[in-house]
Amino acid sequence: MIGLLMLVPLLSGLSAFLIRDDGKRRVLLLTAAAAHLALTVYALAARPGIVPGDWFALDPLGLLFLGVTSVLFFGASVYAVKYLSLEKRDPGEDSEEGFIFNNAPEAVFTGCLLLFLSAMTAVTASRHLGILWAAVEATTLLSAPLIYFHRHKRSLEATWKYLLICSVGIAMALMGNLFLGAAGLRSGADLDLESLLAKALSLDRAWLKAAFLFLFVGYGTKMGLAPFHTWLPDAHSESPAVVSALLSGALLNCAFLGILRVAQVCAAAGLSAFTGEILIFFGILSLMTAAFFILAQKDYKRMLAYSSIEHMGILSLGVGLGGGAVYGALLNAVSHSLTKAGLFFVSGLVLAAYKTKQISEVKGLVRRVPRTAVLWLTGFFLITGTPPSGIFLGKFMILKAAVSGGHYAAAASYLFFLAVVFAGMGRIFLEMTLGEAAVLSEAEKPFKASRQMLIPAACFFAGVIFLGLYMPAWLNDLITGAKDLIGGAV
Amino acid sequence: MIPLAELIIVAVILLNLAMAASGELAACIRLAAAQGVIAALLPLLAGRGAPSGTIVFCGAVILLKGGIFPWLLTRARVKANVRKEVEPVIGYPASIILCLGAFAASSWLGARLPLPETASVAWIVPASLSTIFTGFLLLTTRTKAITQVLGYLVIENGIYIFGLALFVEQPLMVEMAILLDVFVAVFVMGITIFHISREFDHIDTTELSQLGDWYPNPVKSAAAEAAGAGQRGSYDGGGQSGGKK
Repeated sequence: MIGLLMLVPLLSGLSAFLIRDDGKRRVLLLTAAAAHLALTVYALAARPGIVPGDWFALDPLGLLFLGVTSVLFFGASVYAVKYLSLEKRDPGEDSEEGFIFNNAPEAVFTGCLLLFLSAMTAVTASRHLGILWAAVEATTLLSAPLIYFHRHKRSLEATWKYLLICSVGIAMALMGNLFLGAAGLRSGADLDLESLLAKALSLDRAWLKAAFLFLFVGYGTKMGLAPFHTWLPDAHSESPAVVSALLSGALLNCAFLGILRVAQVCAAAGLSAFTGEILIFFGILSLMTAAFFILAQKDYKRMLAYSSIEHMGILSLGVGLGGGAVYGALLNAVSHSLTKAGLFFVSGLVLAAYKTKQISEVKGLVRRVPRTAVLWLTGFFLITGTPPSGIFLGKFMILKAAVSGGHYAAAASYLFFLAVVFAGMGRIFLEMTLGEAAVLSEAEKPFKASRQMLIPAACFFAGVIFLGLYMPAWLNDLITGAKDLIGGAV
Repeated sequence: MIPLAELIIVAVILLNLAMAASGELAACIRLAAAQGVIAALLPLLAGRGAPSGTIVFCGAVILLKGGIFPWLLTRARVKANVRKEVEPVIGYPASIILCLGAFAASSWLGARLPLPETASVAWIVPASLSTIFTGFLLLTTRTKAITQVLGYLVIENGIYIFGLALFVEQPLMVEMAILLDVFVAVFVMGITIFHISREFDHIDTTELSQLGDWYPNPVKSAAAEAAGAGQRGSYDGGGQSGGKK
């Protein structure tokens, strides 16, 4: 079952490298994504149990993130098929600086995309922290070629920063894993999650704390928490829209899962006060950094990237606060992934229509590309937490838990930075959507977004609105189960 | 405990200093490789016998760190046609002093994080932490892409020293998976270096500075468009002046 979930994308990814025909390869991408989604739905329905000692199993936390990843990937593959065929027809001119470049071969892109899915599935399903580490590092290496799809100097710079900063970050997480092993040396616990949780109370506390710090810095780098986030805006703004959507919606969650796993162990060892303080501090710091950079932002894809940093800060804050806030944070993680992926899809369409990422040069979206404009504005309202939406619910629960838990300073700064982000993003989105569009000459045909590229975003947004109105019982069960694992019962 | 293992620890620390002081790129590659190989012998000498799995694993590590990595890096160095010097942003004396300071700090930290008696080779924690610090030093104060990969490898050496001296009994599969990742990481970084040298005609990463929040990307210019059409891929100049030829 879990084997199949990893094997389907793995094998189809490998064969994608070999298939010569573009059409067939695109069909393969869609089929593999659909099969993965079907298997995930089956896993969600069957809820397979956990056999102690197995390296791979799906607990509610893993299932939740697997579900999000799979849904996102399916949407992304629908979008990608159309995107790739457009790129094929019209390759090459850089929309920012106007020089000519080549694309990476489509086979490499598709292959890496599928292998990337396989690695992310492994992250969500691993029960052994060493395997989890190896899978997270694999996601970095497999997504680097995706960022470098457009072969020019800016994407190369972004890829290099991404590779190096994340690899070094993840090396810190490896050190953290070893510290965790040292913590369990006396009591005979290895890095298997089950044995760590069972022997949590007899772990050496000094080593456990050091392990948490290293793992937090390591996976926090990958997750984009400030101040380790420096790679994130570059990578998100320079990669193709599909890749930005997957990085932001699926990959950041996977890194977050790494932190959640060790937080789980720390909570079982009675260290949740220690981990909570760290999570709250870096959560607020990320919110602050994001708010500051969104206010002064000139590039709309970078703005979306900073908004991801903001949301990662919210997740960290929510888990740090504990109790009901953990539920809010997980709900926010699901809703943010869907919304942000949708927004990145739409940003790709805006880029195609205007050939620039500069906010000041995009005017009058409503006039020139009305359907894109409607989605762009909807995405804005959802991502900033306007009700009804899952993000609003999540943010509200975190606020409530912060106030009722007596974290007044955290609650106040949380609200303040959310307001700043709302104002900053509101200005940018309205400026882009309204206003007069520049008149196009006869030669420049306006870009018309095809349905295939609009529908994934529209579906994601509809889903998030739906979550704000009605929470399905099975999802509620799943999030509650996941919350109890992280120690939300405190 | 076992003098030979402790000798290795001393050698690792001395190699850290040598790398901080070395000004030649080729020498740095060799030093990092030597450190990797010496460290790979550690689990065999840590005094718990050598099960066949451990021997295989150590063999793989020696092959990778002593053979494949230096070969990949040397190839990247030759292909990218870089000058010999390391070109640090801080002087060599400062590098050495920082390295020594890091060793002192690591010793202090190591004293506060005691390992259970059964597992310890003396000085393993300080040696590991100071190696990691040396890696960071190479990573941040040397400007070439290759030295940055070298820094990453030295950090990896530090982690390895800590890990394998302690956990010989971890499942072999996990260790192999980790090793495979490190291998692919260096491989992918090598490919990226190759692309950087082709795109920019150098691999000086201080020039990789076009992206950021304060410097907006240069505006589209017709001249660049015309020039770019002629020479696909090879783009002249880097940095902020990029688009305005």
